[in-house]
Amino acid sequence: MAVGNAKTLGKLVAVTLGMFGFGFALVPFYYKICEVTGINSGAEQSLAKNTQVDSSRWVTLEFDANANEALPWRFKPLQRTLKVHPGQLVQVEYEVSNISDHPIVGQAVPSYGPARAAEFFRKIECFCFTPQTLAAGESRRMPVLFVLDPGMDKEVHTVTLSYTFFDTGVKGQAEASRKGGGHG
Amino acid sequence: MSDAAHAHDDHGHGHPSGIMRWLTTTNHKDIGSLYLWFALIMLFVAGTMALLIRAELFQPGLQLTNPDFFNQLTTMHGLLMIFGVIMPAFSGFANWQVPLMLGAPDMAFPRMNNWAFWILPVAGLLLMVSFWLPGGAVAGGWTMYPPLFIQGGISYDLTILAVHIMGLSSIMGSINIITTILNMRAPGLTLMKMPLFCWTWLITAYLLIATMPVLAGAVTMLLTDRNFGTHFFNAAGGGDPVMFQHIFWFFAHPEVYILILPAFGIVSQVIPTFARKPLFGYASMVYATASIAILSFIVWAHHMFTVGMPAAAQLFFMFSTMLIAVPTGVKVFNWVATMWKGSMSFETPMLFAIAFVCLFTIGGFSGLVLAIAPVDIQLHDTYYVVAHFHYVLVSGALFSIFAGIYYWLPKWTGHMYNETLGKWHFWLSVIGMNIVFFPMHFLGLAGMPRRIPDYALQFTEFNQIATVGAFIFGFSQLIFLVVVLKTIKGGAKATDRVWEGAEGLEWTLPSPAPYHTFETAPVVK
Repeated sequence: MAVGNAKTLGKLVAVTLGMFGFGFALVPFYYKICEVTGINSGAEQSLAKNTQVDSSRWVTLEFDANANEALPWRFKPLQRTLKVHPGQLVQVEYEVSNISDHPIVGQAVPSYGPARAAEFFRKIECFCFTPQTLAAGESRRMPVLFVLDPGMDKEVHTVTLSYTFFDTGVKGQAEASRKGGGHG
Repeated sequence: MSDAAHAHDDHGHGHPSGIMRWLTTTNHKDIGSLYLWFALIMLFVAGTMALLIRAELFQPGLQLTNPDFFNQLTTMHGLLMIFGVIMPAFSGFANWQVPLMLGAPDMAFPRMNNWAFWILPVAGLLLMVSFWLPGGAVAGGWTMYPPLFIQGGISYDLTILAVHIMGLSSIMGSINIITTILNMRAPGLTLMKMPLFCWTWLITAYLLIATMPVLAGAVTMLLTDRNFGTHFFNAAGGGDPVMFQHIFWFFAHPEVYILILPAFGIVSQVIPTFARKPLFGYASMVYATASIAILSFIVWAHHMFTVGMPAAAQLFFMFSTMLIAVPTGVKVFNWVATMWKGSMSFETPMLFAIAFVCLFTIGGFSGLVLAIAPVDIQLHDTYYVVAHFHYVLVSGALFSIFAGIYYWLPKWTGHMYNETLGKWHFWLSVIGMNIVFFPMHFLGLAGMPRRIPDYALQFTEFNQIATVGAFIFGFSQLIFLVVVLKTIKGGAKATDRVWEGAEGLEWTLPSPAPYHTFETAPVVK
């Protein structure tokens, strides 16, 4: 009988150790199940879907760019028009070049047509937020990242965004900020 | 068997006395008594915590405790009641009764049996001292969920260690019980002739060795997350706290049945005795117990319907959970059928057993309600859940323990207990218990969350009723203590058979059962 007990003990200890290992085996098993079934995938959670897009209507955006006559810069949008849904995240680019032989600090000022569209133009990133320094003969592409608020009046079908670059007249800082220009 | 027999011979002669007798004992009856005393002491400790909780909840606002201490009380009340009261009490019954019912001289591994018990008070001590450590005892809930459980202080490490020790204790106890039942039955006592208490414990012991190691693994992961820089559950390190809940409930749902299957066994011994009829549908009882045990492994996620899972998974766990009601229903109907047209008498063990059948069924029904995924999302973590599991654990597990104590105490001590005091204990317990826990259903349906020290004003009346009931129920357990002490000291002499309708090998022994029994195995026809 004692031999029989020892055999039973051996089997039961083996089951115990096996189940201890099984507890840890549940870890890779858990991640495998999540992967195969697509439950709990990290990518889906971190990039939550934008549910604010109003895909029922289109708005035509027109881009306009001017340099003030006192500023020897050439300034143009890389796209003239774009059709977007309100609520959609949009990125557009502008190109600016300094055609003079000295560095100049310029500042872009936006205007909107119709004017009341301004409050629905939600900019996340824009070159107009800060003064821009261009070295002699330098040329640069600059983005504007924005969302057109879905709350904008339904009867507005076309919005014009116009930028004008002005000379800030800041000369002393031109050389200094030129070094830091690489950050821009 | 020769091992066991020799161990006994040694003890029979140079018997140590005093504290050393109890520390070194390998006798199954001594160890059974130790388990039961430990459970009784812990019942009063954890019960006192419950009364503090109920006293705080007598009124909205904070009266007696601060929220942190309140959370420590609910956490420790849960841990101690489960691992310190119900499980050791059932182990105590197994140690006393399994060898007596099988005609075995002792458990298969008496020395291991001694260890299985004596590491238990160490775990209890680790839990209790944490109240006096910086930051106080664990306050993250008995379910030990991260991230709270990864963030707490030193007492969280002590609790993890205590859970390891308690798990080891139950595993050793289970290995002992399985080996005893499989290898040491009296000649002629086939498995299907075995008393149902042995069957339910055999299945429980298998559940324990299958799931306790998984819990040990889960808390080991918590420990390494806390101290050794792993990130199993730490989202900041790429881990997943929800994974803990899956691993934990893979253990803890079978654990729920570990807490109730031995209760089914005790009730299945008591009811036939006092109905003076053999148990109705013995084989179906065995199969129902086994089905409940097997199903318990595939239903764990019904504890986590609200963490987010696909509808298909919710449906699977919902229906598999409901399926468990079928074998459980078989058991309830069998108990009722055993009583049907029986010559019933209503001594205290029978009263507790009948209360068990009625009130456990109420707990089972509220469990079915919670199994419905869309309903559970409303009721999750409300007092409805508190009401549900106290109906199955207090009027289920605890009442079956009372029934078993009253039933076998005359055999163990040789004295009859005081029937009048027993009836007082029963009636105050059953009334008090319902006053505490029945209003909690209404509180839960009305939306009162669990584990909070304060609540909205509209919940006041039901909370006051529950608190009054809790004090009736709590203090009536002192009657139980008096009954047990008086029965040990003296009382009417118990006959060998004790109960007119009692069947089984343990009743062929003299009362009290001698220190060594069945040294030559009885033959069962």
